[in-house]
Amino acid sequence: MYFPIAGVEINPLALIAIGFTVGVLGGFFGVGGSFLAGPALFALGVPMHMVVGTDLTHIVGKSIVASRRHYALGNVDIKLGLLMTAGTIAGVEAGAQAVQGLKQHGSADLVISVAFILVLVSISVFVGWESWRTRQMHRAQGIALGAEQADASAIDHVARRVHRFRLGPHIALPDSGIASVSLWAVLGVAFLGGCFSGFLGGGAGYIRMPAMVYLLGVPTHVAVGTDLFEIVISAGYGTVTHALKGNVDVLIALVMHTGAALGAQVGASLTEFFHGSRIRMAFVPLPLLGALLVILGLVMGH
Amino acid sequence: MNENVGHSGIRRARELFSPSLLAEIGVYGLFVAAYFLVILHAVGDRLRELYDQHRVWYAVVALLLIGIQGAGLESLTRGLMGLFRRRE
Repeated sequence: MYFPIAGVEINPLALIAIGFTVGVLGGFFGVGGSFLAGPALFALGVPMHMVVGTDLTHIVGKSIVASRRHYALGNVDIKLGLLMTAGTIAGVEAGAQAVQGLKQHGSADLVISVAFILVLVSISVFVGWESWRTRQMHRAQGIALGAEQADASAIDHVARRVHRFRLGPHIALPDSGIASVSLWAVLGVAFLGGCFSGFLGGGAGYIRMPAMVYLLGVPTHVAVGTDLFEIVISAGYGTVTHALKGNVDVLIALVMHTGAALGAQVGASLTEFFHGSRIRMAFVPLPLLGALLVILGLVMGH
Repeated sequence: MNENVGHSGIRRARELFSPSLLAEIGVYGLFVAAYFLVILHAVGDRLRELYDQHRVWYAVVALLLIGIQGAGLESLTRGLMGLFRRRE
């Protein structure tokens, strides 16, 4: 099938397969999957300047599907998602300015690639360690995996300390089970995710979802759903920005999304059958896969 | 918290990959094929024109298209999953 905007010939079944895979990952883990979809589109011949914008466009559609499914499951904290959007957009701008500075210095490619690898490996190691410790803690305390406490983390004390942060105003997030937390803590977590998004690209769900769990104490299922909701808004903003710059082939995004829509339903439905620490443990290989793709890109000179 | 978690959760999750899911994929595939042939081929050249000559409108149309498709396919896939689950 010929896509006239990008000027490439691509088998639509390949796009649908990529979309389905990324959709399942997104629905289950609450991540956009840019670190997989982007390299895949590039490998299919889409020009790199089109890859980022087109992938963001597809993420909007996929995240609508997955977040609606999670909303039906009671996993979306809309208040938290809207607050985080404000912090994310500010963070994206800060990250993008950092990239501009590196471009002027002529070191953007290497610095960003190395930063990406370090961040992704660190996230995998940390989430894996925390999930393992949580399961050890549950076994030691004799907590059944289906029990309400099963989503408790071995480092819950971090989130409790964040909740005690005194700088007001304080807000309640009843949908996340949080009685009181500083608004600045929420905005700070979102800003951090936005910085990573603006600096490293993509939706940064691999940062935001774990940050919501470990720093804010949001239950894993709610973090997944709320992250997807937030991505709809921030990726929508990114879609418009990149489309204005000529970096979006909406036809490619629409075709890829037809696979992602089905995958997102499957992925979101799977979260019903796994408790929080299992989801977090299953998340561990994803950032490592992304780091491997970046390393391959560096080695192969892309 | 859903009680069907852990090892029984893996068993229950396998139930998702059942004949009903295959049937759903088949029906969904037919819808998608018809959508490609009728809609996407028809609008391709128009979108190219917008992209070349009216970039602001292209950005708006792109966001609207993906949003409408997102909502539409979510309803379709959710309906199909519900239909085939009830028949099991």
